[in-house]
Amino acid sequence: MSTPIIEFRNVSKWYGEGDNKTEVLSNINLKIEEGEFLAIVGFTGSGKTTLVNMMTGLVSPSEGEVLYRGEPITGPAPERGIIFQNYSLLPWFTVYQNVALAVNEIYPDWPKDKRDEHIRKFIEMVNLTPASEKRPKELSGGMKQRTSIARVLATDPDLLLMDEPLGALDALTRGNLQEEILKIWSANRRTAVLITNDVDEGIFMADRIIPLEPGEKSGLGPEYKIELARPRNKKALNTDPHFKKVRTSILNYLVQLGEAAKLERNQDLALPDLEPIQPGTRSFGWLRRAS
Amino acid sequence: MSQTTTAPTPAKSASLTRFLPSLSGMGAKLPGMAKSAGITLASMLLFLLVWQLSATYLYNVEAKSRIDRVMTEQGAAEAEKMKACIASGDISCKPNTLPSPSEVVKASSLLLADHRVISADKAAFKAKTAAVNAQRKAQGLDLITYTGRPSFVDQIFTSLKTVAVGFLIALFIAVPIGIIIGLNENLRTAFNWFIQVFKPVSPVVWLLLVFMIVKTLTLGSDSDTSFLISAVSVGLCSMWATLVNTSVGVSSVNQDYLNVAKVLKLGIGKKIFKVILPSAIPLIFTGLRITVSVAWMVLIAIELLAQSPGLGSFVWEEFQNGANDSNAKIIVAMFVIGFIGFLLDRVMYYIQQSVSFEKALA
Repeated sequence: MSTPIIEFRNVSKWYGEGDNKTEVLSNINLKIEEGEFLAIVGFTGSGKTTLVNMMTGLVSPSEGEVLYRGEPITGPAPERGIIFQNYSLLPWFTVYQNVALAVNEIYPDWPKDKRDEHIRKFIEMVNLTPASEKRPKELSGGMKQRTSIARVLATDPDLLLMDEPLGALDALTRGNLQEEILKIWSANRRTAVLITNDVDEGIFMADRIIPLEPGEKSGLGPEYKIELARPRNKKALNTDPHFKKVRTSILNYLVQLGEAAKLERNQDLALPDLEPIQPGTRSFGWLRRAS
Repeated sequence: MSQTTTAPTPAKSASLTRFLPSLSGMGAKLPGMAKSAGITLASMLLFLLVWQLSATYLYNVEAKSRIDRVMTEQGAAEAEKMKACIASGDISCKPNTLPSPSEVVKASSLLLADHRVISADKAAFKAKTAAVNAQRKAQGLDLITYTGRPSFVDQIFTSLKTVAVGFLIALFIAVPIGIIIGLNENLRTAFNWFIQVFKPVSPVVWLLLVFMIVKTLTLGSDSDTSFLISAVSVGLCSMWATLVNTSVGVSSVNQDYLNVAKVLKLGIGKKIFKVILPSAIPLIFTGLRITVSVAWMVLIAIELLAQSPGLGSFVWEEFQNGANDSNAKIIVAMFVIGFIGFLLDRVMYYIQQSVSFEKALA
């Protein structure tokens, strides 16, 4: 078996020390193979962003190691391109300039017109050519995310990371962009990792889906292979028995864990040892005296 | 988008406003504008009224005390004479107090007339010395320059020149230092006590400090250092807002933007010029706007003390002069100072808006 693109070896991550220590992720072991589309689903606050940031190199693990093609990750690099949840476009640049910033950095040796052509090609790919001279402020959420996608894809990353890329969009735009991302992805079949809180989105887009346990000290749940032929059709999917089965089992797993976590929390709650103040036993006498 | 295509046709009057949105918008805006203009005008009239009343009151108090003094010192007959003299409005016995609005208007036209006389004088002087100056220039000698009294308008331009130089000094000191200390937390800590201690120091003390230094540095040269002293003092007094704002703007760049720079592995130069500085520009310009206001405000006090020409020394000279229209001239200067300060702030506001990707806060 070839070296996986990304490998997590017994990775744990916590913030703070001592009493303030909050362990976000605990004992993560994960291998991401070349060319696959992996989705990681989980509730908010289960450490999804921390997980993906360890793949980019923006966050380093507290324990264990994260390997990229067999080498430990020491910092961010453009070959692991990321689409951020909040777009992270630079507001003082136009769509074209935002993409150009990335392209100029990755291909400094290219002649100017080749870079220009490259930038325009990717803006066209996400259907933003008419808006290429607009600034992020003038764009809708979907258009912003398209820009962000064009910016990442234009750098031709070896691994495409997506941190809830469609989380802030409405359902319609979301559906359209899911299909567009899949279309672009299937053109060259790079390895892709999608972080999402939407199980349907994960199943629709990915080859393999792994739930992340909710709450603190999250670990990875059992993996689910999605054996659906591509290109997938969203409408047909709703009645597909395999889709339904996977969806139900993932949801059951997550809900069950969520309930368990809630119960656990309830048991931990100790009631404060306080006696209620009886009316009339204490008063603001000093106030009255003063007046 | 589906809303516009499938919206039911509204009633006729409503659909009319739909077709004429600009017109109806203007109609809604116009009364608002008229209202605020009306309120402004009314408050101005109220201001003039209060001014007039208090000037009259102070005039009467001053006149009464004058008559009483003559009464106790020289007797009733002289007091009657003084009373008549004051009532006639003669300059020799005019009570000297807060001038009324009409006196201020009169003084301003006097100042303008004075400016015209001096300008004519200057032009005549220039014509007279043109030939001599050409000769002297050919011989490599210093030119003969006009050394007469500057007019009020000349003083305004001198002040503007001083404040411009002071502002540039502040800009070239505060912005680079602000960027550098904004980028490095240790430097920020190192500079913090310095900023905190020197920021509240009064303009007067800065002037004295600058005076000490410039005096020593210009030993032996006979040039007039008062302009330099006042410009540098203005710069040092006013640069703090820009320094603090620049360092805050540079140090508090949104983490998302920095993440983009990190993932793309931008070099340090690109990171500063493409990510950090554009993001800090709104705050830097807010600082510069405060700097201009402060510079203009301290300028008057500094000119007054440094004996350098300008509006400040104009005010001080008029006060020392004590002529019957001196007080009115001081009030004219006050309005001119206020109005120019307001214009400078507006100019900075428009510059701020044009360079910043965000809308500036008015």
